[in-house]
Amino acid sequence: MEILMSVVIGILFTIATYLVLSKSLLRIIVGTGLLSHAAHLLILTMGGLKQGAVPILSENANSYVDPLPQALILTAIVISFGVTSFFLVLAYRSYQELGTDNMDELRGNKSYE
Amino acid sequence: MSMLHWSILLPFIAAICIPFTGKITRKIHTGWFVLAVPIAIFLYLCTLLPKIKEHTTIMESVSWIPSLDISFDAYVDGLGLLFAMLITGIGALVTLYSIFYMNKEKENLVNFYVFLLLFMGAMLGVVLSDNLIVLYTFWEFTSLSSFLLIGYWNDRKASRYGAQKSLLITFLGGLSMLGGFIALYVMGDTFSIRELISMAPELIQHPLFYFSMVLVLLGAFTKSAQFPFHIWLPDAMEAPTPVSAYLHSATMVKAGIYLVARLSPIFALSAEWVWIVGLVGIITLFWGSFNAIRQHDLKGILAFSTISQLGMIMSMLGMGAAALHYTGNDSGIYMAATAAAIFHLINHATFKGSLFMVVGIIDHETGTRDIRKLGGLMTFMPITFTIAAIGSFSMAGLPPFNGFLSKEMFFKSTLTMANADFLSLETWGILFPVIAWIASVFTFVYCMILFFKTFTGKAKLDQLPKKPHEAPIGMLISPIILVSLVIIWGLFPNMLAETIIEPAVAAIQPVLYAADPYHVHISMWHGLQPELWMTIGVVALGFILYKTYPSWTGIYKWLPKRFTLNNAYNKGLSWMDIGSNRLTRGYMNGNIHDYLVYIFGFTFIILLYMMWRVDAFTINTTSVTPIGIYEVILAVILVTASIMILFAKSRLTSIILLGTVGYTVSLLFVLFRAPDLALTQFVIETVSTSLFLLCFYHLPKYKPKEKRVRFKVTNLIIALGVGVTMTLLALSSHSTKLFDSISEYYKQVTYKEAGGENMVNVILVDFRGLDTMFEITVLAIAAIGIYTMIKLRLERKGGAE
Repeated sequence: MEILMSVVIGILFTIATYLVLSKSLLRIIVGTGLLSHAAHLLILTMGGLKQGAVPILSENANSYVDPLPQALILTAIVISFGVTSFFLVLAYRSYQELGTDNMDELRGNKSYE
Repeated sequence: MSMLHWSILLPFIAAICIPFTGKITRKIHTGWFVLAVPIAIFLYLCTLLPKIKEHTTIMESVSWIPSLDISFDAYVDGLGLLFAMLITGIGALVTLYSIFYMNKEKENLVNFYVFLLLFMGAMLGVVLSDNLIVLYTFWEFTSLSSFLLIGYWNDRKASRYGAQKSLLITFLGGLSMLGGFIALYVMGDTFSIRELISMAPELIQHPLFYFSMVLVLLGAFTKSAQFPFHIWLPDAMEAPTPVSAYLHSATMVKAGIYLVARLSPIFALSAEWVWIVGLVGIITLFWGSFNAIRQHDLKGILAFSTISQLGMIMSMLGMGAAALHYTGNDSGIYMAATAAAIFHLINHATFKGSLFMVVGIIDHETGTRDIRKLGGLMTFMPITFTIAAIGSFSMAGLPPFNGFLSKEMFFKSTLTMANADFLSLETWGILFPVIAWIASVFTFVYCMILFFKTFTGKAKLDQLPKKPHEAPIGMLISPIILVSLVIIWGLFPNMLAETIIEPAVAAIQPVLYAADPYHVHISMWHGLQPELWMTIGVVALGFILYKTYPSWTGIYKWLPKRFTLNNAYNKGLSWMDIGSNRLTRGYMNGNIHDYLVYIFGFTFIILLYMMWRVDAFTINTTSVTPIGIYEVILAVILVTASIMILFAKSRLTSIILLGTVGYTVSLLFVLFRAPDLALTQFVIETVSTSLFLLCFYHLPKYKPKEKRVRFKVTNLIIALGVGVTMTLLALSSHSTKLFDSISEYYKQVTYKEAGGENMVNVILVDFRGLDTMFEITVLAIAAIGIYTMIKLRLERKGGAE
């Protein structure tokens, strides 16, 4: 299972990176969303998958899955949501103000050249 | 803390107090308060003289940074005391002079005197420290205060240029000197100069010896304006004249000489030291005197003259170091060069100091320093005329002044070098007397120009900005004291011989001195020796050259301006400016795509490299869990949806596909026994998909696809690199367990310590509560940011959230 998930994570990372490197703002935002999904799955996979019961003590199981990655991911999900929504509004506002979403045109300090 | 330490720190303390004197009284010139400082220290140092004369040394220690082997060790021997007395003695005279030079109403006196006091303290620190790091610290402080004083009139462009130039060159040297000191520390495992000296014979065996020698010499040569680093000194003349007299002729520029003298016992054991110090000195002597002649600014002449004289002292130190390589039984004739260096150092401070003050008076009273406009000042300022006559004749090397004596000793030393038969001096040693003699002829010529062009001939009063008159008595006191010393030490040189020159020589060459105490005896007349003939030749040829001087100045045009060192400095500076600008612009181009490429590229390259280094490419298949059918289905959906995002033609499609990925991930969480994650992911995915849908309407349509192949290939390579690295990382971290996970701890104590049954919740709220708090903070910041951005929109209402 872990090997399969590792490959899936690799594919997700590849696609996310490719999207983040593109010129269009919306694609970049979609890319960051995908990137955070990939990162969450990576953390979970690193801790090992399905080796025990749900980490709730009332299950009374012999072993539980690792709860620590889950706690970390829970934090990460919320933060990535905050970042994505901030990013979206930023893109939306900058498009309104600047009239473009092309990263080639959205670059600073041109005045120096 | 001993008296010695306090006397080093006194100028610094005074510098702190000086700004407040203006608050107490405005009537008294700030300089009067400052004057007390060098006088007090000078008197204290005088009390040390008898001890030094008896060849005892004084050592006082204060612990500073013991963990780094750095202690503030104040050490006084003949050399240190000589310099300290020069610093405070000339310092007192210059301060007195500056009281009349610097106008109380027009100038910012507080700045001036604070910088001057900083310099004084730093310079005392340089010459009285035994610890190399302390010495270095004070050394850089002198460069810094010199920078501030050169740029004192900071509204002038030339001042700023000169200040920057001196800072760059002397700091370059200072930095390399620090490297040399650290190399010395590596070799000898101590920063104490005396301890290093005591192990000198072993140090020369060390592979770092020559490395450290060259670095230390760089520091000394830049500071003492030796060829080819001399170019900063003429530009430093933009400083007020008292500063030029003090820092840029009598004291600071001699710090390099001090360093060479101080470290001679360590480095002079190598033949290279003799050659480098000797030759660089003698070339500087020639080049400085040669170039002094073509200057029109009186201070320009003095600047090049200072360079030349510093070169002369430096070369004498080099020649003196030859004594260590001499195997015969009369090493005294080589040590004489060292004594001559010390003697000339004192003489130079007296005559050059007085000449700088004379030039300051001329500038002050006529309004110009241009030699082409000056002339016939003799009748207007007779006292200044007399001072200048004594100063410049002493500098030219004429009897009965002290300059004559040290010049003769110098000639004698060069002749000794030419006659020597070791260090391959028998072939190249002849260079020394020849270059020295030619340089002395030029020295004679510029001394004559300096003196006669200014004071004799026809007065051109119409060209002078002010009507010339004699300077106020206050300005004349200091130069009069200095030229009296020129005469007194010219007639009775042996006053200095035992009191200070011998102890200084003993400090520079301790081993030789201990074996064979060398007695300095200086006399005006010692028969018709070769050196006297050399002086006569200098005067004769110099006089002819001075008389025919306009007819041969054409030789200065031989060297095209492009090839001058100044041009190299200016060009080098602007090339560095342009070059670094281009380099930075080359990769910091403001394009976020490129920055991301660097970040992703470095991430995966460094990760891969590290994994390869620690040999982490492993796959452990024993601990893998079986694959279920549901997981396979979800993984297929996940991969398919994300690949389709790449090829999505419209915005809506890609948003829906991203939503699909999110929901699939949350289903995966269900299968992976993470109910909390699944729930959160479900809620968040719903909210963010709706947010996307709200926003996308306002966002532009997808543009036609990117066409540039190279761009796409770069992105693909980077993306694949990141993906593959992440897969490898996931596999490796799953397969290698270097130590037990801390999760076991949480599993055991969740109920016991926090009373909760849901481990994930307990970890988040109890054990890692701060994390969660910061997570909420991040959300709050994002919310404030979003709110602000939406409010910024002035014309339209409504928000996205």
